[in-house]
Amino acid sequence: MAKQPHKKQDVETTGHEWDGIQEFNNPLPRWWLWVFYACIAWGVWYSVAYPAWPGLKSATAGYLGFSTRAQVAENIAEFEEKLAPMNDKLASVELASIADDSELRGYAVSAGAAVFKTWCAQCHGSGAAGAKGYPNLLDDDWLWGGTMEDIHTTITHGIRNTDDEDARFSQMPAFGRDELLEKEQIAQVVNYVMSISAGNTPQDASLVAEGEVVFQDNCAACHMEDGTGDRFQGAPNLTDAIWLFGGDYAALYETVYNARYGVMPNWNTRLSEAEIRAVATYVHGLGGGE
Amino acid sequence: MSNTQPEAPSLYAAREPIFPKRVHGKFRNLKWVLMIFTLGIYYLTPWIRWDRGPNLPDQAVLVDLANRRFFFFWIEIWPHEFYFVAGLLVMAGLGLFLFTSALGRVWCGYACPQTVWTDLFILVERWIEGDRNARLRLHRQKKLDFRKIRLRLTKWVAWFLIGLATGGAWVFYFTDAPTLAVDLVQGTAHPVAYTTMLILTATTFAFGGFAREQICIYACPWPRIQAAMMDEDTLVVGYRSWRGEPRGKQRDQENSTAPAGDCIDCMACVNVCPMGIDIRDGQQLECITCALCIDACDDIMAKIGKPRGLIDYMALTDEIAEREGKAPKPIWRHVFRPRTILYTTLWSLVGVALVVALFMRSDIEVTVAPVRNPTFVTLSDGSIRNTYDVRLRNKHGSDRPFQISVKGHPALRVQLEGTPYGAVTVPADSTQLQRVYIVAAPGSDPADSERWDIRLWVEDTSNGDRVYKDTIFNGKAN
Repeated sequence: MAKQPHKKQDVETTGHEWDGIQEFNNPLPRWWLWVFYACIAWGVWYSVAYPAWPGLKSATAGYLGFSTRAQVAENIAEFEEKLAPMNDKLASVELASIADDSELRGYAVSAGAAVFKTWCAQCHGSGAAGAKGYPNLLDDDWLWGGTMEDIHTTITHGIRNTDDEDARFSQMPAFGRDELLEKEQIAQVVNYVMSISAGNTPQDASLVAEGEVVFQDNCAACHMEDGTGDRFQGAPNLTDAIWLFGGDYAALYETVYNARYGVMPNWNTRLSEAEIRAVATYVHGLGGGE
Repeated sequence: MSNTQPEAPSLYAAREPIFPKRVHGKFRNLKWVLMIFTLGIYYLTPWIRWDRGPNLPDQAVLVDLANRRFFFFWIEIWPHEFYFVAGLLVMAGLGLFLFTSALGRVWCGYACPQTVWTDLFILVERWIEGDRNARLRLHRQKKLDFRKIRLRLTKWVAWFLIGLATGGAWVFYFTDAPTLAVDLVQGTAHPVAYTTMLILTATTFAFGGFAREQICIYACPWPRIQAAMMDEDTLVVGYRSWRGEPRGKQRDQENSTAPAGDCIDCMACVNVCPMGIDIRDGQQLECITCALCIDACDDIMAKIGKPRGLIDYMALTDEIAEREGKAPKPIWRHVFRPRTILYTTLWSLVGVALVVALFMRSDIEVTVAPVRNPTFVTLSDGSIRNTYDVRLRNKHGSDRPFQISVKGHPALRVQLEGTPYGAVTVPADSTQLQRVYIVAAPGSDPADSERWDIRLWVEDTSNGDRVYKDTIFNGKAN
């Protein structure tokens, strides 16, 4: 049987004694010591196998050649390989049929959200609510149309940019700056536009009648006689409650005087077809899709 | 300490092998029963079947990590209900307080896996190599003859198989047991399953076969923590030294006129101890209160015609009382004390709260997160729209159609993304994140108020079950 090393009277001391205080020796188990040595050995091996020792420019690489950067690249490649069938499918099916395949649609919405937050949020906002001059993508008002086809075309080629010859282009004349209209006429037409837009009232109701004449002569070609706009030309609907550059008198006056030229880049050179379709699906599903 | 010659003593000591002797008695029997019970639960539970319908697994206890579900007979826990697990951990903690303050290290002595498996390994060891004396002889035999090799190998193979079964049973809790069993044999199971089995086999083999009491003494924090939870009324295994001392061999005592205690120094209590200690030295950290020394001593006392209980469960207060010649407190007075009653009350309160929470769980679960970026959108006709991310959980084994409606103002309408109807079907045993729009007509109260309280109703149109969530509508305050 084991001897009893724990009896109080049997405890040895290390021989150290200070002012009558003796240091007892309750020995640690030997296997603990071996575990400790094993940890040291492992630590030494680790520092040789993995990047560890700092140098002047970089740390030692370690003989296993491990790097977190390479590991991330590997992980990304692995994911891309896994997602390839889904991306291929997304890039090849009919645009309108994406909505019918719930798995594909779910993938497109999630992937599109990531694309949007990376590439689109800078102008359109992380919640897609836009800002002055940058369209709100949540509402039901679209300059160039809100179907999947329209959104896809807009993202692919952009708006009013010169880098893509298929980019949609609209150009409103700068009626004031180019002296196409007198200032009085601009004031009249602005009041008329305020009178036909939802939730707006003209600043000076007496000018509305003359403004309508100015409107029909100069604006109706693009914005249509009733002011509801024309999506083929990218001419905004002036009768709704939504204004891209502001709907008060001063903002409208400035718009008519100088015109507005918003620009959106073409994304076909930066995003893959699958990414464009994903972000189109995402935007279409934000509440305004047609 | 030795002398003037400063000779450095070794600060490390090799493990002293322990060869616990077989013992019979009531505590030993209790431990056998508990061993069969606990090991039975552990090994057999994954094989219990429980029918949950066609879309759900039929394993009674299953931790489905891949699908993030925990199945326990009729209960199904989803990740967002993890508070049940937290509650069970709180109960486990309070339960440990209760048992430790009342019965000392009863967990260590009877129910701890380290104790149970070590007990099993010692049992196997005894079957193969014989009882204490035979094992001691085999240990001291320097010559590695055929018999020693055969016995050692047989023992290690038996231990290894127990370890393998232990690791094997563990992985069965995480996936369908019969399927995995076939896969494991055919070599087609997931590498994680094999790795887990390998690690658990190795630890069971090493901890149960070789490390044994070293785990309790050096690796486990409980001895330290439990020491802090015991008090003078806690039952521990103790030696009635006032009755036993002075100890001496019976033969010597008979031939002597000196006063003699009941202890005949037969070492029975020491020989059966799986921790390798002498309980007669008093309470010590190594003692897991397995009570085998009580059985051993009672046996000897019966043989020499002395009353039982020289070594017995007792509390510190009993020792003081008995030394003064008074009767010790009955066991129940040690167990029922304000402290243990408080622990029991707290434990029960948490338990009742969990059960109530379990039965209050709704079949339909809905969370509503109003989209705050932006808080509202103006539509072309001037109406105001708010968006809500609504997560619908269907815990049934079949698809369910949910109708979403809003109460709060007649001017409010509900639209769902991706469907022209106000209804959505959530597949069986899954959740769905649905974008829900609420539109307030132009000029209506909600459209012109900064905030308007609304209530979203979700109704299962197949059976009329419905729940609601209160949230707010943000309008365009002028």
